[in-house]
Amino acid sequence: MAGYRELLQRVKAEIDEIDAQTARELLDTAEPPLLVDVRRRDEWDEGHIPGAIHIPRGSLESRIEKAVPERERPVVLYCSVGERSAFAARTLGELGYEDVTSLAGGFTDWKRNGFATQVDKALDRERRTRYSRHLLIPEVGEEGQLKLLESRVLLVGAGGLGSPASLYLAAAGVGRLGIVDADVVDESNLQRQVVHRTGDLGTPKVDSARAAIEALNPDVDVVTFRERLTSENADKILGHGWDAIVDGADNFPTRYLVNDASVWHDVPVVHGSIYRFEGQVTVFKPGAGPCYRCLFPQPPPPELAPSCAEGGVLGVLPGVIGSLQANETLKLLLGIGEPLVGRLLLFDALTTTFDEMTLRRNPSCPVCGEDPTITEYVDYVEFCAGVHA
Amino acid sequence: MSVVRIPPTLRDDTRGAREVTAEGDTVRDLLDDLTSRFPTLEGKLEFANVYVEGEDVRTLDGLDTSVADDSTVILLPAMAGGC
Repeated sequence: MAGYRELLQRVKAEIDEIDAQTARELLDTAEPPLLVDVRRRDEWDEGHIPGAIHIPRGSLESRIEKAVPERERPVVLYCSVGERSAFAARTLGELGYEDVTSLAGGFTDWKRNGFATQVDKALDRERRTRYSRHLLIPEVGEEGQLKLLESRVLLVGAGGLGSPASLYLAAAGVGRLGIVDADVVDESNLQRQVVHRTGDLGTPKVDSARAAIEALNPDVDVVTFRERLTSENADKILGHGWDAIVDGADNFPTRYLVNDASVWHDVPVVHGSIYRFEGQVTVFKPGAGPCYRCLFPQPPPPELAPSCAEGGVLGVLPGVIGSLQANETLKLLLGIGEPLVGRLLLFDALTTTFDEMTLRRNPSCPVCGEDPTITEYVDYVEFCAGVHA
Repeated sequence: MSVVRIPPTLRDDTRGAREVTAEGDTVRDLLDDLTSRFPTLEGKLEFANVYVEGEDVRTLDGLDTSVADDSTVILLPAMAGGC
């Protein structure tokens, strides 16, 4: 029976080999051969020849036909030292590929010659496992997951809406989550604010949310702002390069402030609001669709807009609406699908129905219109109270 | 006759009804009919956006927007709550 060395010698005698210098010259020609790296994933991740595609030898037979349907196309195979690629070359010959060569000395010899190598940004093994269900979706994949890991989302409010939104965005691997909230966890919050626990009573919400997020996914960098968003701190807080804002505020002054700041900082706002059994979701994307002021130029008087604290809210409602906000946010970050820009979704938990309304930009909007009259922060408390005085 | 969706914040004024029917060829007539039958709505409807078949009447003809029979009209107020 032949030993490994003997077998290798025999295979090498059957196939064609080229050295690194020749391979490089071929790759520089107008019609270069297809270069296929047949090493393991971890070897590829540590560096490979630029322009190569990666098909590990273990799945070569099943995947080569999709990558190279034309049997006459020249193919150069390489591994680390030219042994696995020799066997792979013989296999491709058996599959009918007509012009297959193996790179003698492999990637090791290529590097020894001082030729260019490339290290791709890639997920490590742990992350490939953690996010495997994302990687399986063509619209996300490794590229999308890397994008999420580099994304930054600001959550205004760590309450009913901020709870599910922050948990799902954290689980999805959004790399940085900012949380603005001045409150501490109160017993009446726990019926719906699932990011906080009974043991967190009395703790600042930003701290208990941070602990929950970090326990869920250590990939997430949590930045906390234990303060109310105000005209004074808005530029500071929004100046962190956020890709999106999840608006889960509980009052009109903050809603209008978030809107104005987001228009001026050019950051899309994923809006959610809830009351009793009903919720609204939409996306305000500056330049692409209307803003909050286009939709609601003025807030209603307080007696017509009771808060959840006054009128109540079904505990699961923010779960539905906050999850929809997380969904819209992920779409914005990934650049996929059709976000709710220019559309408002109205959810009724009692009838389990969604209604959709069309939202349009108001050309005379004081903030995002053609001739804006509001160009700096106003007194939002006064604005929301004063209108009806 | 159109069906008008009443937002939760105004249901105290419609005896708890989520939907009510109203008569009128325009949004103005429709809202007047509503107010005449539910007088405590007076002064409150102007704080809600009005959508006829999903379109904001402000982008149509405002209160003069015509309303076809059997239309669905949604009154949508701003809600502050994220709580």
